Amino acid sequence: MPARQGLVLEVDRSTPPILFHHGEGFRFEKLPSGSRVIYPNEPVEPIEDVDSAIRDALANPLGDSPPLEALLQPGMKLTIAFDDISLPLPQMQAPDIRGRIIEQVLDLAANAGVDDVHLIAALALHRRMTEAELRHAVGDRVYDAFAPHGQLYNFDAEDPDGLSHLGETDHGEEVVISKRAVESDLIVYVNINLVSMDGGHKSVATGLSGYTALRHHHNVETMRRSRSFMDQENSELHTKNWRQGRLIRDAGVKIFQIETTLNNNTFPEPWDFLQKREWEMNAKERMFLFGTKKFLDKIPRKAARSIFQGIRAPFGLTSIQAGEVEAVHEVTTANVYRQHLVRVEGQTDILSMGLPYLGPYNVNSIMNPILVACLGLGYFFNLYKGKPLVREGGVVIMSHPTPQEFHPVHHPSYIDFFEEVLADSTDPEKIEHKYEKRYAEDEWYRHLYRTSYAYHGVHPFYMWYWCSHALEHVGEVIIVGGEERAVKRMGFRSATTMRDALEMATDVVGRDPSLTHIHNPPVLMADVV
Amino acid sequence: MISESLAGKRIAVTGSTGFLGTALVERILREVPDCELVLLVRPTRRNSAERRVQREILRNDAFDSLRSQWGESFEETCDQRISVVSGDVSADGLGLSDLDRRLFISADVIIHSAATVSFDSPLDSSIEINLLGPNRIVQLLNEEAVTPHLIAVSTCYVAGNRRGAANEELLAGTPFQVKVDWRAEVDAARRTRSDLDARSRVPEELKRFGKGAREELGAAGLPMLAAKTEQLREAWVNDQMVEAGRSRATSLGWPDVYTYSKALGETALIELHGEIPISIVRPSIIESAWEQPAPGWIRGFRMAEPLIVSFAKGELNTFPGYPEGIIDVIPVDMVAAAIIAVAAKGPETEPEIFQVASGSTNPLQFKVLLDTAMEWFQEHPVYDSNGHPTASTEWKYAGSSGLEEQLDRVVKAFDVAAKVINRLPIRGESSFTSKFAERRQNLDQIKGYVNIYGAYGKCEAIYGIDRTLALWESLTDQDRSQFGFDPRVIDWHHYITEVHLPTVVIQARVKTTPEKRSGPSRSERLRSAVLDPGRHFAAFDLENTLIASNVVESYAWLATRRLNPKQRFEFALRTLSETPGLWRRDKRDRTDFLRYFYQRYKGAPLGQLQADAAEMLSELILIKSFPAGLRRVRAHRAAGHQTVLITGALDIAVEPLRPLFDHIIAAQIDNKNGKLTGEMIDVPPTGEVRAQLMIEWAEQNGLLPEQGVAYADSASDLPMLEAVGYPVAVNPETRLVTIAEKRGWLTENWPKTSGAPKPLLPMGQRPKVKPPHQGVR
Repeated sequence: MPARQGLVLEVDRSTPPILFHHGEGFRFEKLPSGSRVIYPNEPVEPIEDVDSAIRDALANPLGDSPPLEALLQPGMKLTIAFDDISLPLPQMQAPDIRGRIIEQVLDLAANAGVDDVHLIAALALHRRMTEAELRHAVGDRVYDAFAPHGQLYNFDAEDPDGLSHLGETDHGEEVVISKRAVESDLIVYVNINLVSMDGGHKSVATGLSGYTALRHHHNVETMRRSRSFMDQENSELHTKNWRQGRLIRDAGVKIFQIETTLNNNTFPEPWDFLQKREWEMNAKERMFLFGTKKFLDKIPRKAARSIFQGIRAPFGLTSIQAGEVEAVHEVTTANVYRQHLVRVEGQTDILSMGLPYLGPYNVNSIMNPILVACLGLGYFFNLYKGKPLVREGGVVIMSHPTPQEFHPVHHPSYIDFFEEVLADSTDPEKIEHKYEKRYAEDEWYRHLYRTSYAYHGVHPFYMWYWCSHALEHVGEVIIVGGEERAVKRMGFRSATTMRDALEMATDVVGRDPSLTHIHNPPVLMADVV
Repeated sequence: MISESLAGKRIAVTGSTGFLGTALVERILREVPDCELVLLVRPTRRNSAERRVQREILRNDAFDSLRSQWGESFEETCDQRISVVSGDVSADGLGLSDLDRRLFISADVIIHSAATVSFDSPLDSSIEINLLGPNRIVQLLNEEAVTPHLIAVSTCYVAGNRRGAANEELLAGTPFQVKVDWRAEVDAARRTRSDLDARSRVPEELKRFGKGAREELGAAGLPMLAAKTEQLREAWVNDQMVEAGRSRATSLGWPDVYTYSKALGETALIELHGEIPISIVRPSIIESAWEQPAPGWIRGFRMAEPLIVSFAKGELNTFPGYPEGIIDVIPVDMVAAAIIAVAAKGPETEPEIFQVASGSTNPLQFKVLLDTAMEWFQEHPVYDSNGHPTASTEWKYAGSSGLEEQLDRVVKAFDVAAKVINRLPIRGESSFTSKFAERRQNLDQIKGYVNIYGAYGKCEAIYGIDRTLALWESLTDQDRSQFGFDPRVIDWHHYITEVHLPTVVIQARVKTTPEKRSGPSRSERLRSAVLDPGRHFAAFDLENTLIASNVVESYAWLATRRLNPKQRFEFALRTLSETPGLWRRDKRDRTDFLRYFYQRYKGAPLGQLQADAAEMLSELILIKSFPAGLRRVRAHRAAGHQTVLITGALDIAVEPLRPLFDHIIAAQIDNKNGKLTGEMIDVPPTGEVRAQLMIEWAEQNGLLPEQGVAYADSASDLPMLEAVGYPVAVNPETRLVTIAEKRGWLTENWPKTSGAPKPLLPMGQRPKVKPPHQGVR
């Protein structure tokens, strides 16, 4: 049975309360009649025989690439790079697709007599992955074979001897990537393309790069000119990554790109009610949902956090393609859109969203206030094609408890960003100009990024820049249920209930505004016409 | 005419730096143009007599009007008319040089107003100054065979705690006087001092002081504990002397040692004065000026004010005294004027006594004083630091003893609580401990005031002023307008609301406006001073200053990292069972504790420890870190300061923190063939050693300790904190809160990040693949 398409529901009096994600919990909100709720497409039917599909993709590459087997020779240097802990969300149930692909690539390499193989977690300025996380991504067999010999490791964008400067694009953007990658005869990059911005030239140009190169597109101006950064044709971020990627290609760095797309079967039992439409839940599911909510509201946040962080998604593989970067990415993007795009007519005055417990940067960690802002205003807001869901000057209402909590190991520079930078200003341009360099070059953050498990010193800035398009576009941001001191620090307003939030929004958008709620996750991307 | 009769005269004054003395000097300079002043002033360790006159007398705001009146000639006129002699009324011969002696005895009038007016002075110092002071003057004059007019300032309260009329008579002739041999009192006072001193040196007492020092400072190191012990001993002797004074005075019917010594002083003076003509002026409670030099002028914090302010702040709601009792207050300018009038009139053959008091002719009842004050404070409420007005309730009156008992009970309860708190591992995180210390200090103060002034509230003597009034009647109109001392003119309501209380609130520095302070707070000012580029270095303690962890935790973490579950369980049990013993040892002596504890590392492989320590940064240290602390370290570096970590933790364990610091001073364990021996290479940096090592490092690098900043959490770090110009108490334990507050140090409360994981036990996570374990013992 083909998967059902997503839909835009118009709320009427018979519509049950809508489920909002709310950090490590949920809210039920009765939306005003006439509001619209956008539901994602149901999960696309997955490929059944994954191993064959992988084998097939490696043997029948796209673009002008020979099959992988033909690219492997004895004595060559092979580097396998793979996406880090930020993908997919949540982490997928074992075995992880990365591991399954890497096993086959390694088999081919072994058959071809390739000895010099390095596996690198392409984490750019993200935190290093722990042993357990690496094991999950590549599988125990691969880990035990390579890690003890120093051939499986996290990329280090601050290793003074580990980077190679390949030049500048015709727009003056520096291109700097892993020296090992440059010196390799072949890079095989294993992607999980969860959303449409993932993959393509971004894989190597960003994933194996550092501050010097990233600052050319991870900045306020680029983000404001990417409308949205999820839409390749209108993304300045995409354009710049592509320029850098082409320079890498032209410099003779050979990349065999493997991209995979997943369906949005995000929540395993018993959480699968989270991807049901409210009116289709049966009595048992309703009871369970209600009980779970009560339970989660009662237990300490730390306990709820560890329950949620334990969720492993039963994602199904919907496509895998390999070969030349651009040809591969074109097919990938079509597959991502097949799962995510939902057609929506016209913009709205108020856009509401329920923010879940997880974003790309708090896997096995804490969603701090800056990450809350980034998830809502960076990711969810930008999940559009055409024009933003909310009209210019409209209001975004997000639901999240937004506790003023930080992970001291993973997000040390976020703590200081919150205490020092946001206390001074929330204006992305001012922040960029006044503080970015200092944080980016801070010796202590560098030390923690390299030897501990910290996001790079500059990372919280990027999170704030990610919000800059939304911050420029909307008239007000309200966080329902948000802890006031944290919300206020970020320049937003907090409301206790959705009703209060709607009342507050009328100050900006007037009486009788239109309201649209995106029922995400599972992920959807609005095609606004 | 007063000014005429004193024209060309030389007037010597003792006690001119006091409240009354300053008023006298100013009044004489202003109203008696043609006389000379000789001021006998005691030099202090810091300031010569001349300098004290400049700083403490002439720069007092009493001289404001004179300064503006005389303009540029002020300094010159003062120079011409004032001579300063350096002396001390508690020294034989007044401690004068020959030259000063000649100058002093050449005076026509000597006004002796030097006294220790504190009601709780030690017995012997009251005796030396108040009793023997006038004697020494008389002795000196007799030796030199000169007979100037000696005016001794005494107090009405020499009459003691008795009811009824107390007239201007010699004590000897009144029923008030118990027959006491003042010479025996002098001997006894001196003997008491040496007896108590001897008693303070017996082993049991010394042990007690040692224990007290440790309780106050913790394991602060030998030199500091020794100094504290000696300080406690001296303080104890002094306290005993105060108590001896109080009990001796009350046993003879005086409210306190001040009045007792003053009374005996009068008796001795009468006995010894010989040919020297004397007058005695007895004021009652001297308070702020009625008119001169300015209405409300006051010097220092006096008598009833502390109680009134405590009431206005809502700290006290019971007043020691009876509502219908009379509080005999007299404005300072009336006392000064009366003394000048007595000087101008000249002596009689027999000693004359003048009382300057209000109680007999214009009595002020407690009830009136307090009700008027309450009315005034309702209109001018006192605001707390948050800008909220504090509510004052209805006064209650208590005989002072009842109140004292009540306060005693509260203070005792506080002390018990303080002992408990000092022993608890709580810190200044919620500012609870600092509030506690503040309240305790306040209570002490109030209790002190009640003890001291309570007796005056209950005193029911009425001081007759017939002779003073007769003197008043004899004055010309012009003298009367210049030298008013008729207490009958005082309108008490006006005095309290328009003159006295407005000055009191200024003197007490209480806020009577609701505005939140503008400009930076004290902490903000201190913080910016600490981060000023002019500082040279910043030294940081580690445990509880930058991270909420300790050597035991890091040892436990490192030791368990490579153990299997069964071994880990056994380790946890063993460590838990040892904890109380370790804790006691640590409290007793940190150095000893570290030496003992670090033996556990014996046999540990160095390389493996180093690798594990790198992981410990993420799994223990950062999780327990205070982000604001780490931010501060870097702020110092950004300001161009050198940063140094000084810790008793093991060097290997703190190595991952190196990028924060220019230098690390940590404990080091020797190693042989790649294995630790468990023996320390040097004395571990704790207590005074810590301070020494810091200073040495600073000096080697050309950095000045007085431009240094030091951060620490415990009283045992006092040597290090005291060694720098800018000490900062971080999350201070209760003992340090008190010390930091007293000394005005910056206090920082740095929390852990909320949301940080809280492992139940500090145990290393077992790596899945790594070479097989070579456990630490």
